Amino acid sequence: MSVSDQQAAAYAALRPDLQAVADLTPPGAKVLDLGCGDGALLDFLVRHKQARGRGIELSEAGVMACVRRGLSVRQGPLEEGLADYPTASFDVVILSQTLPFLDNPAAILAEMLRVGKSALVSFPNWGYWRCRLELLLTGRVPLAPDLPQPWFDAPRWQVVSITDFAQFCQRVGIAITAEIYLNRGRRVRIIKVKNLLATTAVFRLERQAWSGQM
Amino acid sequence: MFPPNSVGLVKTQTLTFAEDEPFQLESGAALRPVTLAYETYGRLNADRSNAILICHALSGGAHAAGYLAPDDAQPGWWDDCIGPGKAFDTDRFFVICSNTLGSCYGSSGPSSVEPATGEPYGLRFPVVTIGDMVRAQVKLLDHLGIDRLLAVAGGSMGGMQVLEWAAHHPQRVRAAIPIATTARHSPMLIAFSEVGRQAIYADPAWNHGDYYTSGKRPDAGLSVARMVGHITYLSDESMQQKFGRRLQGRERYGYEFLTEFEIESYLKHNGDKFTRRFDANSYLYVTKALDYFDLAGRHGGRLAAAFDGSTELAFLVISFTSDWLYPSYHSKELVKALTAAGCDVSYLDIESSWGHDAFLVEVETMTRLLGSFLDRLAGET
Repeated sequence: MSVSDQQAAAYAALRPDLQAVADLTPPGAKVLDLGCGDGALLDFLVRHKQARGRGIELSEAGVMACVRRGLSVRQGPLEEGLADYPTASFDVVILSQTLPFLDNPAAILAEMLRVGKSALVSFPNWGYWRCRLELLLTGRVPLAPDLPQPWFDAPRWQVVSITDFAQFCQRVGIAITAEIYLNRGRRVRIIKVKNLLATTAVFRLERQAWSGQM
Repeated sequence: MFPPNSVGLVKTQTLTFAEDEPFQLESGAALRPVTLAYETYGRLNADRSNAILICHALSGGAHAAGYLAPDDAQPGWWDDCIGPGKAFDTDRFFVICSNTLGSCYGSSGPSSVEPATGEPYGLRFPVVTIGDMVRAQVKLLDHLGIDRLLAVAGGSMGGMQVLEWAAHHPQRVRAAIPIATTARHSPMLIAFSEVGRQAIYADPAWNHGDYYTSGKRPDAGLSVARMVGHITYLSDESMQQKFGRRLQGRERYGYEFLTEFEIESYLKHNGDKFTRRFDANSYLYVTKALDYFDLAGRHGGRLAAAFDGSTELAFLVISFTSDWLYPSYHSKELVKALTAAGCDVSYLDIESSWGHDAFLVEVETMTRLLGSFLDRLAGET
């Protein structure tokens, strides 16, 4: 296999939202991946986008898998790990499909934009039309299509929609400078009704004007 | 004769240096000459880039792997991790282990003969530090013609030597693997060291360190010191699992002051066994070296400052969840400092019930972790 074939195969093997994150990561960037799991994305970025990658992961199995891939990953909670990094020490800080599980999302996002010049965030969208319909018709709290985990399973998640997140960003002075929307893994080009049609959003975030607090 | 994944028959070698110019120690004292016992396993490659230095813990020696004689019952102390196909794969790496200064397995220590008197040094041997131990190892590398180690690895006191290498000789190391260790010996650790030393001082046979020619050795004191040590290497859980409240060779309590419980028997057995293989004065010197170890203290109290020059190194820091002697928070503080210094650091807190001993026991996890970490390093060169 040629290098480009290898790259294409590795890209195809990534989860769709991670493909979007990879697309938004500039070549050669210094990258910190929060909750990097088994390191699939970091591995791709290091091998094929010449990234200098670091990861933080809670699970022993995840860290083990990452180290076996040759990645530099620390075990521990995100809050603790982030606090150790100097300000602006990364070009990109990544948080993929982890937002609904955070105890304190506002603090984590603030920290991400402290240690990173930009942040890439992907999250499942509970504003999707079928979620709305499910709640209306069945009275049950809907499962996000891209996060099919029942409410009673650990870790607990917090329902969030694209509109919620965009309003939060506006309120705390975070600019959304790039956006990619997915519908069950397929990219969709939508402008107006994304909260209705997207099952996952991928945003690049930057500080608008740093107010020093959120 | 030997298991197939063993390095087989090995021979301990010695290097003697500082025969003319004395070796200066951190305390201001000097030592002349200095002898280091060491062993090597595997082959040094043509560009001398595949060397890994293993640093031993308090009671270890240069004999880390293989067998010293064809009928040797026990292999070296880290044979589980050093050999063909093991974590430190001797098919690919040239593995070196040397006995530390102050110890009693062939390197200069209090039981060595003092040239001026022709008698063993005893307490006339100068107090050494972890820094001194490592500077002696630097001399060994010079002798072996190795400019830069691929990795330096070790657990417990071995981990302190690893950190000393990384902080003060960073240009000589590509990667550092400190395991179940600390950058700063805590008051609790000093307390345990001191109990061990007091047990030795209290033994009349110790005689202020002058017992080599008396025919009586401070075995009782050294044995108690070792028993205290063994307690700290286990955990509440591992003692429950290993011994419970079981009695040793009897059905019911004897209501007498004999060794009754299995845990008592285990400690006593290990204490006695230790006196046949270790020197009481060396125990004093080596524990003293541990107690003086404080990397932050030597850099204005800021641990990150110790690693300002170490940003080219890759670190793999490992701790164990049930280790209460060198608890995980010591490793986390180290990781915090390394991160702040801008070092490339991986960290794993391995789930284990084995206490401090876990670094010698959790072989499978360590093999998987170390093997792939070293693969990556070897791939880069």
